[in-house]
Amino acid sequence: MHTGTRRALLLHLAVLAGLFALQFVLPDYHHRNLARILVLASYAAGYNLLLGYTGLLSLGHAMLFAAGLYGAGLAVQLLGVNAASGFAIGVLSGLALAVAVGLVALRTSGVAFMIVTLMFSQAAFLTTLYFAAFTRGDEGFVLPEASRQYQIGSFFFDLSDPGTRYNFALLLFAACLMATFVLVRSPIGRVLVAIRENEQRTTMLGYHTFRYKLLALAASGAISGAAGAAYALLFSYVGSTFASIQYSILPLLWVLLGGVGTTLGPLIGTVLMFYLVDVISGYTSAYLLLVGVALVLLVLVFPKGILGTVRAKAAPWLP
Amino acid sequence: MSFGPHLFLALLEGTVTAFVLALTALGLSLVFGVMRVVNVAHGEFFMLGAVLAWAVSSLIPASPALGFLLALIASPLAVGAVALLADRLVLRRLNYAPEATIVATIGLLYILQQLVLTFYGPYARPVTAPISFRVQFPWFGYSGYKLVVIAAAAALLAATWYLLMRTRIGLVMRATQYDRETAQAFGIPVERVYSGIFALGAMLAATAGVLIVPIQQAHYLMGLDPLLLSFITVIIGGLGSLRGTLVAAFVIGISDGVISVFFSPTLAKIIATLFVALVLVFRPSGLFGSARA
Repeated sequence: MHTGTRRALLLHLAVLAGLFALQFVLPDYHHRNLARILVLASYAAGYNLLLGYTGLLSLGHAMLFAAGLYGAGLAVQLLGVNAASGFAIGVLSGLALAVAVGLVALRTSGVAFMIVTLMFSQAAFLTTLYFAAFTRGDEGFVLPEASRQYQIGSFFFDLSDPGTRYNFALLLFAACLMATFVLVRSPIGRVLVAIRENEQRTTMLGYHTFRYKLLALAASGAISGAAGAAYALLFSYVGSTFASIQYSILPLLWVLLGGVGTTLGPLIGTVLMFYLVDVISGYTSAYLLLVGVALVLLVLVFPKGILGTVRAKAAPWLP
Repeated sequence: MSFGPHLFLALLEGTVTAFVLALTALGLSLVFGVMRVVNVAHGEFFMLGAVLAWAVSSLIPASPALGFLLALIASPLAVGAVALLADRLVLRRLNYAPEATIVATIGLLYILQQLVLTFYGPYARPVTAPISFRVQFPWFGYSGYKLVVIAAAAALLAATWYLLMRTRIGLVMRATQYDRETAQAFGIPVERVYSGIFALGAMLAATAGVLIVPIQQAHYLMGLDPLLLSFITVIIGGLGSLRGTLVAAFVIGISDGVISVFFSPTLAKIIATLFVALVLVFRPSGLFGSARA
């Protein structure tokens, strides 16, 4: 194995081991926060796959997150399926929506792609409000306690138990992190990066770039859907806030902060932003001001983000 | 009220919406056409115009008409200054790179919204209309102020058209839009033109905000709907095409008035949004625009 790859693999495993160990030392409050952050960081990882490695800036990922959230939540709530099937339905919903949107939206690029995804996402958000009879709109609904308990053989899971919840969130994040790590190191990942750097040249080299972009969007949608489904099942709340434009902007912010096109960047960005907002909220309710200032400052003076800068300055082997 | 007068009322309401929308969307369209910048914070300039109109007119409680006139001048100027500042501090430093500027204007949107929430509060406040007569039709009475809005917006649209098509400044702006590099080679200060266009676009939105505030109260979230409608208008009209933008504003404004009188607003919005996304994908030059986007 290439030394850079081995070093990177060791780093990823060390980060995951560290996250596993943290649950035994963290106080309750931070323990609960970190479970939430891990799910949101998975969402950010899905977003980064598209923005960071394929160069497509979407302003509509909230619809994919919400597809997972509602796919899992409504299946559990209305059809009474168990948590595992609900999760699978959520992932498939994210995947299916991403492919459907991709077939249309990927005919555009750049600014038009941003606006088209924004519009589709807005339509999805309005749809969750329109079918308020099922989704209960803004108010949302809480999943029943029984649906979050699950038996496999002799193992019994209760997703409302903090420890179980943390480890499921970690499992999800580990799967997303390692999937992106493997994908970006694979030949497919190389083609995606080539598309990001110069799409015309990649086409000229004989690659069908539309298919690769659709593949990246589909993978990004599946991961976002998985994060949404996990959010619904682990925190038992489903509401249309998660489909609003704000939840399309947040992953963009997390990825920009952590480092666009770095596998561990989404985690770092999500942790930092989550705690910044948490601290600010103690003083003022206008935390969106912080989001705005952070966005402007990031594109203005810190476009590579934290890990992007580290990679450029000190560690070129970072994936 | 029977169907005929009902439709007439809907058309009147639609015409008011159309003129206000035309002003707002023209600003967005100018900024996109000349600078190739998609300004997501455009709706916040509209909102800022309305909120500042409340602030200015509440300085002169004795005379609503005078207060409103003062607001009509001061508020767009203040918003233009904010836009100029945003251009100098942020957009210019990004070299007007399309994707980075979108992200930056999203940031600007949150900043303006939250600053207004902090200093103005979560209230919805009305501004007294400068005139209070009612036009009496055989079937219903109609606010005379709304007719004033139509007249004022029409005058402003005409003035903007005159500025762009008949003055030297307009010529310089159009030259920059047509070919930035050649314009620069001919000694046109492109950066100053960009600042001017960005401020002008913001001022158009702010004026629309001032005009609307006696009809619709000033609130810190009021910028979102005009933003979305302006986007729809600019896309349907063809990105960067001013004439297309105006035509689209009238089609959309009037149909919005008619639709919201007769149908469920949420469903209408869903269909409109999806339709616009498809137009942008399959007819990027718009439904009414020329082939050159």
